[in-house]
Amino acid sequence: MEEQTVEKWKTAPAVLTVEHLTKVFEGKMKAVDDVSFTIREGEILGLLGPNGAGKSTTIKMLTTVLKPTSGRAEIGGYDILKHPTEVRRIVGVVPQEYTADEDMTGHGNIVLCADLYGISRSVSEPRARELLKLVELEASGDRKVSTYSGGMRRRLELACGLINRPRLLFLDEPTLGLDVQTRAAVWEYIKRLKNEYGMTLLMTTHYLEEAGALCDTIAIIDRGKIVKIGAPEELKESLGGDIIEIAVKEADADVEGIVAKVPLVKSVKKMEGYYRIKAEFGEEATPAVIEALRAKGFHVTRISLTKPSMDEVYLEYTGRTLRDAQADSEEVRKQRFTMMRARR
Amino acid sequence: MGSGQSTMHVEEADKLNKSVMHGLWALTWREIRKAYQTPILVFMTVIQPVIWLGLFGKAFNLGSVFSSGSFNIPGLNIPKQVLDQLSSQMLQSTFGTSDYFSFLAVGMLTFVLVFTCMFSGMSIVWDRRFGFLEKVLGTPVSRGAIVMGKVLSSVVKSFIQAAIVLVIAVLLGMSVADFSIAGILGTFAALFLLALGLSSLFVMLALRSTDWQQQMAIMNLLNLPLLFASNALFPTKLMPTWLQDVAKVNPISYGVDVGRQLLLGSPGFSSLAFDFAYLLGFAVLFSAVGIVLSWKLLSK
Repeated sequence: MEEQTVEKWKTAPAVLTVEHLTKVFEGKMKAVDDVSFTIREGEILGLLGPNGAGKSTTIKMLTTVLKPTSGRAEIGGYDILKHPTEVRRIVGVVPQEYTADEDMTGHGNIVLCADLYGISRSVSEPRARELLKLVELEASGDRKVSTYSGGMRRRLELACGLINRPRLLFLDEPTLGLDVQTRAAVWEYIKRLKNEYGMTLLMTTHYLEEAGALCDTIAIIDRGKIVKIGAPEELKESLGGDIIEIAVKEADADVEGIVAKVPLVKSVKKMEGYYRIKAEFGEEATPAVIEALRAKGFHVTRISLTKPSMDEVYLEYTGRTLRDAQADSEEVRKQRFTMMRARR
Repeated sequence: MGSGQSTMHVEEADKLNKSVMHGLWALTWREIRKAYQTPILVFMTVIQPVIWLGLFGKAFNLGSVFSSGSFNIPGLNIPKQVLDQLSSQMLQSTFGTSDYFSFLAVGMLTFVLVFTCMFSGMSIVWDRRFGFLEKVLGTPVSRGAIVMGKVLSSVVKSFIQAAIVLVIAVLLGMSVADFSIAGILGTFAALFLLALGLSSLFVMLALRSTDWQQQMAIMNLLNLPLLFASNALFPTKLMPTWLQDVAKVNPISYGVDVGRQLLLGSPGFSSLAFDFAYLLGFAVLFSAVGIVLSWKLLSK
């Protein structure tokens, strides 16, 4: 029963269509490079990538805060360049930063948001209460935001983003800087939005497990390009099997040549100080690999077998782990700022 | 909360206000309420003009320089009446009033105006830094309303400050020659135009800035010269001619001039009609440029 509602989006009409969207900042490399994708009604799409990959820039263009250099996008039938005001009216945005006014109450902040959408007070007052209840802030709604914890602020931002009943909600790094417990709570709200309200979401994250747990579709974005897009399961399957990593004592060994001939092994790749082997039925392939190397007189010093995870998917398509990725200083500064405030 | 997905979508029953001006009042009110909801800030806004008037106004006691007790010529024994007459004449011809404190008090009205407008301009830098600006930019509120919200709240705040200064100045002994409703309304009309133009200018300067320290430096570079190169603290006719020329284009001079003519009955440095025309032009020009720039600069 639930399965049915969850998968309903696959046949639903598209809410967002992005075609060849590109943003070049003056004198810099392409921040977003020829990106195309669609989101259907009720779908959660996750943009997964390291800092500086172009996730936030993509969101800023789609929410009409930034102008794209080229390409186009349509939300709910409205072109983001030709009808920006209509687009703003039907989307909700929960930015990475804490944007609430600290000197105002939680309730006051939501009503202020409503005013900016032109929603009359007779509608927005009760709706603000309703949203505070949804994010479990009804008891603190009349307190100043400056007394809120990081998790409470994040929930308030979520409520603000929902005030206009958006057809598409943008979540930029929804759990940045939150502790494990609060992160789990935010995930719960996002799942409820999808399952109970059929909300359509575009979220960015650089947490692999977050993308895997929440998204129907994941677009891996790296250096401004979408390098792979698909359902989490598809992405894992696309890796073509399990991953065996081995290190060999002898530096001059022709490991690639030997291992490639082992049955079940599909590919071997030399990494820094170790080899990355893709194989079907890793449990059977692993002893065969060791055996083949030993037969040629080489010694395996370390070995590991991994079933495909989002980590592996990420490494496969971007050539590096998420931790390695470098970001530009402005974005790092902003994130530090957000994280600092999240910890209060 | 109602169930079913229809409740999460835009409903016609939202009674959406789609006018260009929507959200302007909400943004303006936010700023005003922020400024006056903290007791310490309210206290500061009242106490600041008191200190300025008390210190500046009483320390620059030019009146006593010329008073009978302070000078005489040995051996000549000039009668006290003559000296008093002389000093009063000198003050009158220099400042347009026999009381320097009153002269300065009107200048002080513009002094607080400039500083209040300046800090309002700064607040857009904070809004950018804290992400509030970005959130507002993502809503259908008009870009012009974002800037005008800042400008209007700053006008209201500087109005309140100026009113406080005037009351305190009268309490401290400002001699108002013409204390009519029309005189006060006229003065505040001039101050309104001046504040509108100045706030637009300061908000414009801050539109693209993300660095408040840099912004502070720019503001500080502007505000004191703006005040000294006007008739706010000293009459322009005693200035060197090049400075007089600067003071003649400085809108602050015209705001002060209206106040001195209407409240103190001083002879003006230009006609009232020209004062108002100049201030109106300044206000209209700068707020228009501010709105146009906001469209260009707020969307990159």
